[in-house]
Formats: sequence, C-alpha cells, structure tokens
Amino acid sequence: MPEKTTNLLLAGVGGQGTILASKIICAALQEAGHDVKQAEVHGMAQRGGSVVTQIRFGNQVHSPLFGRGEAQVLVAFERLEGLRYLPMLAPGGTVILNDQAILPVPVIMGAQAYPEDAVLRLKEEAGDLLVVQAKEIAAELGNPKAANTVLVGALAGWMARTATNRLTQAHWLSALATQIPEKHRQVNERAFLAGWEVGRR
Amino acid sequence: MKVLLSGNEAIARGAWEAGVGVAAAYPGTPSTEILETLATLPEVRAQWSPNEKVALEVAYGAAVAGSRALAAMKHVGLNVAADPLLSAAYTGVNGGLVVVTADDPGMHSSQNEQDNRHYARMAKIPCVEPSDSQEAKDFTALAFDLSEEFDTPVLLRTTTRISHSKSLVEVGERTARFLKEYAKEPSKYVIIPAHARVRHSVVEARLLDLADYAERTPLNRVEWRDKRIGVIASGISYQYVREVLPEASVLKLGLTFPLPAGLIASFAAQVETVWVVEELEPFIEDQVKAMGIRCRGKDALPREGEFNPDTLRRAILDTGAPPAGPAPGSPALPVRPPVLCPGCPHRGVFYALKQLNLTVTGDIGCYTLGVMPPLEAMDTCLCMGASISAAIGMVKANSDLIGHTVAVIGDSTFLHSGMTGLLDAVYNKAPIPVLILDNRTTAMTGHQDHPGTGRTLQGEPAAALDYLALAKALGVKRVSVVDPLNLEQLKARLREDLAAGEPAVIVARRPCALLSRKPAAPLAVDPAACRMCRSCLRIGCPAISAAGGTVAIDPGLCNGCGLCAGVCKFNAIGKAGEASA
Repeated sequence: MPEKTTNLLLAGVGGQGTILASKIICAALQEAGHDVKQAEVHGMAQRGGSVVTQIRFGNQVHSPLFGRGEAQVLVAFERLEGLRYLPMLAPGGTVILNDQAILPVPVIMGAQAYPEDAVLRLKEEAGDLLVVQAKEIAAELGNPKAANTVLVGALAGWMARTATNRLTQAHWLSALATQIPEKHRQVNERAFLAGWEVGRR
Repeated sequence: MKVLLSGNEAIARGAWEAGVGVAAAYPGTPSTEILETLATLPEVRAQWSPNEKVALEVAYGAAVAGSRALAAMKHVGLNVAADPLLSAAYTGVNGGLVVVTADDPGMHSSQNEQDNRHYARMAKIPCVEPSDSQEAKDFTALAFDLSEEFDTPVLLRTTTRISHSKSLVEVGERTARFLKEYAKEPSKYVIIPAHARVRHSVVEARLLDLADYAERTPLNRVEWRDKRIGVIASGISYQYVREVLPEASVLKLGLTFPLPAGLIASFAAQVETVWVVEELEPFIEDQVKAMGIRCRGKDALPREGEFNPDTLRRAILDTGAPPAGPAPGSPALPVRPPVLCPGCPHRGVFYALKQLNLTVTGDIGCYTLGVMPPLEAMDTCLCMGASISAAIGMVKANSDLIGHTVAVIGDSTFLHSGMTGLLDAVYNKAPIPVLILDNRTTAMTGHQDHPGTGRTLQGEPAAALDYLALAKALGVKRVSVVDPLNLEQLKARLREDLAAGEPAVIVARRPCALLSRKPAAPLAVDPAACRMCRSCLRIGCPAISAAGGTVAIDPGLCNGCGLCAGVCKFNAIGKAGEASA
C-alpha cells in the first residue's frame, strides 16, 4: 500500500524567511527518506508581497502543486496570510500560526481594514490551531529573524506528536546543520528546539 | 547521490555534467538561477550579458568555435534573441548549443504569457520539455548530444513550475570534453543569401530527420495503463496528469517539436478518448488535429494561466466549479500587493514625478511598482527599453506633451536596450529627459551584476560603465547625477531639463536599499509635533502606518532613508529618541 502524499503549505510575507524554512523542512524530509517536491514563486512576491510555498512528501510525489482543500498542515507566518490561504487547508487540517500581523500597504493607507478576528476565524475553521509567539521567542533567544526556525520547530514537534511519519528530531537537527551557515547555527538550533517544545505541547 | 534541486539548478548541473564550456544569460524570472548555479561550477566560462541577444550570440560563437554552449533567458527574452536564433537554425553549430527558454504561465513575474514552443516551430529546431528536476538535468545533457548529432541549436523549454520547483535528482560527474576542432566554413557560417538558400534546404532535410528521430527517442514514451483515457502531455502537465488520472495511459512527450506522428497515431488508435493536456497554447493539440486525430483539449482546458491538479479535475473529471471561498458575507481580505521596500531609492523619484504631475513612460524592473497606489506615477510600461522610445513617439505625436513627458528606466534595463532609444532621442531631436534609476544592480531578479556595477557574475572586478560619458558620446548635452532621495534637487533638475527643449539624461543614483549593509538608524514620529496631515503616508512606505490612529514608524522595517522626514511639513519625523520639532 503506497504511503499517501502529505501536503504542507507555508504562507507568509516577503522577507519573513519562508524560503529558508522550506529548505530546512525539505532537507529533513529527504534525510528521513521521503520523496519530496517543493514549489515556490520568486520575483514580484519578494517585494513585501504574499509568499507561498507548497511542500509535498511521500513514497512518490508527482505534482509539485496540490489544490484547494488538500493541505494537511498550513504554517502561517502571519495572521492575514493564514486567513488568505485557509481555503487550501484540508477538512480537519492543522494550522500552525505565528501570532504576528504585518500590515499590507492598503491597510496602512486606510483603504482596507486588517481582519481583527483572524485568530478566531482560523480557530473556527481549522481542525486544530497551534498559535506560536515565534517572533517573541526568537527575540528572547537573541535574534528575532530566527522566528522562521521557531515555526519549523513547532511544525517538527507537532509532526513528532501526531503524525505517523518517519521524522525524528535527529533528521531535523541534521537538516539545520546543512541549511544554516555556521555563524547563525547556534541561535537557530535553540530557536528550533524552543519551537519543538511548543509543537509537542 | 540524490540532491534536492530546482529545475534551474538541475539544468545547470546537466549542462556542467555534459561538459558545457561557455554559458551566457541576461537575468529574468524564472530563468535567473541557471547562470547563477553555473557560475559556481568549475571549468565553465559563465557570464551575464547586457541582453539576451548578446547572450545567445556569445553562446553561438562559443559553439561555432567548438565548445558546448548554453544561453538562458525568460520567455520574453527570447523575443530579444529571436534574431540570432532563427538564423543560427540555418548555419547550424559545431559544439552543441542549447538555448533555454523559461516560460511563465500565470505571469508570476512577467508582462505576458507567450508560449515559446512556437519559436521552435518557427525556427525549425527541436524543442525539449522536461517535467521535473531529474529530467531537467538529463534532458539538458541529451539536448547537447541532439544539437551535435543534428547540427542545430536546441530549444530547452521550461515553465515557472519546472524552473522553480524542487525535486530529487541523482547527480553525476562531469564528462571530460575537449573543444571540437574549428575549421573555417564560410558557406555554412556566413549567412549571405547565396549560402542561406543552400542552408534552408539543409534545415528542411534536418527537420525530416528530426521527425524520424522523434519516433525512436527515449525523450518520448508511452505508459500503458487503462485505455479508456489516453493523455498526451509534456512538461509539468504530465505531473498533474499522473496526480489526477493515475490510471490513464499516457504518451509522455519530452520532445515536443517535431512531434512523433507515428507514435501519436498508434497511441490514439489504442485508446477510447485522447486528451491533450498542455498549458497555454494548443501547440501539440493543433498538430494532432492536423494529423486527422480526434482529441479533447482546449475545448475544456483553459488557454490562460497555469494549471494545477484542480484544473485537470474540473476539466477532465468534470468535478464542477472549485469549492467556494470564504463564506458569503465575510469581508474581503486586504490584498498584499508587492511594494517598493522601505528605503527604496525609487520611492523618491516617483513621489517627485507625481508631485510634478508628469507623463511618465516606464520600463521593466522593481520601479514598475511606481504605477501602484499611492505613488501612481507611470503612464506606460511595455517591454525592456521601451520607456525612452515610447516617450519619443509620444512627444512627436502630441506637442502638448513636450515639457511634461519623462522616460524612466533602470540601470540594468538601460544597458539591456535603452542605449539605442537614447541615441534615437538625440538623432531625432526628441525633447525628453531620461531618468536612469541607477541602483547599482539588477534588483528585480535578485541583485545580479551588470556592466554598470563593476563586477562580473562571479563577483570579480570589471570595468564599470560611465553613464554620463556614454550619454555625452551619444550626443546628449544635458547630463547630471542626482540623489533620488533629495526631492528638491531632483525636482529642480527635472524642471530645468523639461524646459530645455532637448534630450537630457539624469542619473538618479543610490544603491538598492537591500544592498546597503549598514542601514541608517530608524526614524520615529514625534507625536507632539505630528498634526496627522498624512503627508508621509503618501510616499507609500511599508514602514509607516496610521493604523493605530496615530502615525507610527516600525523601527524593524525603517532603514532611515529620511524621505518621510523630508516630506513632513511639521518636522515631526526624526531619529528615534531625539526630539525634532
């Protein structure tokens, strides 16, 4: 019986480090022996736009993209982006949310309103919602930019707790070692482990 | 060993393993990483060229000299390089020549979604389409063999989802390769009419040979499964077919021009319904129909945008409309359009242009975002270089626009194809100021060097173009350099040049905000001095917001460029922690 393909969606804002996060996740999945495909869009999206990455893993993955309602996990790096990509979540799927708001220009200009009830709506519609204070945790550890690694840790911890896949903490730590330059590794390892604890709950 | 590679990284790896000696490109999403990866591999002379035409000609020369050579570009780049491509098809090559075109269905970062497989048909050269990173690597190597065997350039066509998706690739080592011998052969390489007539016959004969090759190449294969549906697919569409129709038989085409007519006919004869699944144009479908074979395709599948598995489910499995979005009555979410970064030097330029209420012909780059609210200071943007030439046409057509029209073009874009437009402005006496936005990089595609930055693709020192000397040499008498964040200086210069009645060049010089390693200290609003006039919000800086009822600057985003402080009439903005008013 072939293992069913698992779909992860990472959604955030340009500059939040979603691309590095997805590199770490893919490396860990590969370490654990999965077939992996990852799709992301470069270009205009980097200029503060909405950035989304799809990761699929299993025995054999064909399409790098999945459709609406097919993500088992949505890792939202920002509240509004979580809400935006909610239709991609599978029924009963899990949202791992970085509890941060980054105001888009139309909101700054007063043309549109930021949804104040984002967390509530995510809670209502997701099967499970895990809220992570990733920026604060990373700041406490000495580098707010490591918020992305905190979220990777939360995803890893959540997967270790719930999913029947092959990933161990060692796979993740080894992925961190290959994907993060030496000088930033220590703070990112600590960020990962702090996230892992949140994910494990 | 298996490694996770993007399609672009895999193409570079495949070219390297196949012994490529020379590679050239102009950056363009989604093709840029091919050359960036080749630059890291040993024994490859990899380079940025000023534009795609030059890049292809460099690669062509290398191939004629006996090296394996590659040129890479985005789909619209091939429009620029079409001239050498179509005649290189006549002369043929010596060492293998692979031309990569990265198409952008869905226009993630492009101005159109043209289907460049049509170029292969027009040039009468083979078109190879990989469907994942492993194939991107393998097919690149195979394309070099094909190029040498049939003495033709080969078009390797990817799409954004192939170029930017990552999948596992079994990598190999470089095959040692020596230069093929170069011998003078003017009847082949000097394409005068007398030679071209002979070469055209060679091209037609070659196309017949290629059609024969298409029937037996490992690039094309039949996967027999259930015969009720038989799908013909190539590229990323093949993966969606496998995902959505796992039981269907598939004729997977890796060579999509010329098509294997025999293989297609025999496949079609053995299945109940033939589907052709391809993004954008019915390139394969039209040819299949011309063979007299009934098939489904664009009657159900969209011709616009990129596919995903849902597209196929709806069209082929008839699953109906996509699931509804947010519940009715729930408020629409705020959009998050791309914006100029905090501290971006372009912001000052477009703010000034808006204040002066000018007609602005724009160009391709980050600064095209100057069209977005709240700056909204761009009238046209067509293609690389068109800012200057279109401005010439506008003032020639309508004298009311003289004195109110300015062309805006980035440094890299100017070097790509703005210089000839500037020459035209001088030669034909067009009274337009040309603003060259010199941010010292090709920012849009991720900070690539170019002939104006003083560094090569490998980061080695190189000659840096002197824009003022160039403009003078072209015959422009009014040349100047301004700081784009110094609004008064910029506006004064613009006013003078607009009134001068002759071409002018203003170099607005300040490095891209993402390049400055040590940003200045963030600024803050002094709430006691702020009158809530909202002037600072009109520069459209993502670091400034009035969402909380008072104007505030996010210290995490602000890089202290000072533009907002300059537009504040009440001196309410200053360095954080310092009283200003």
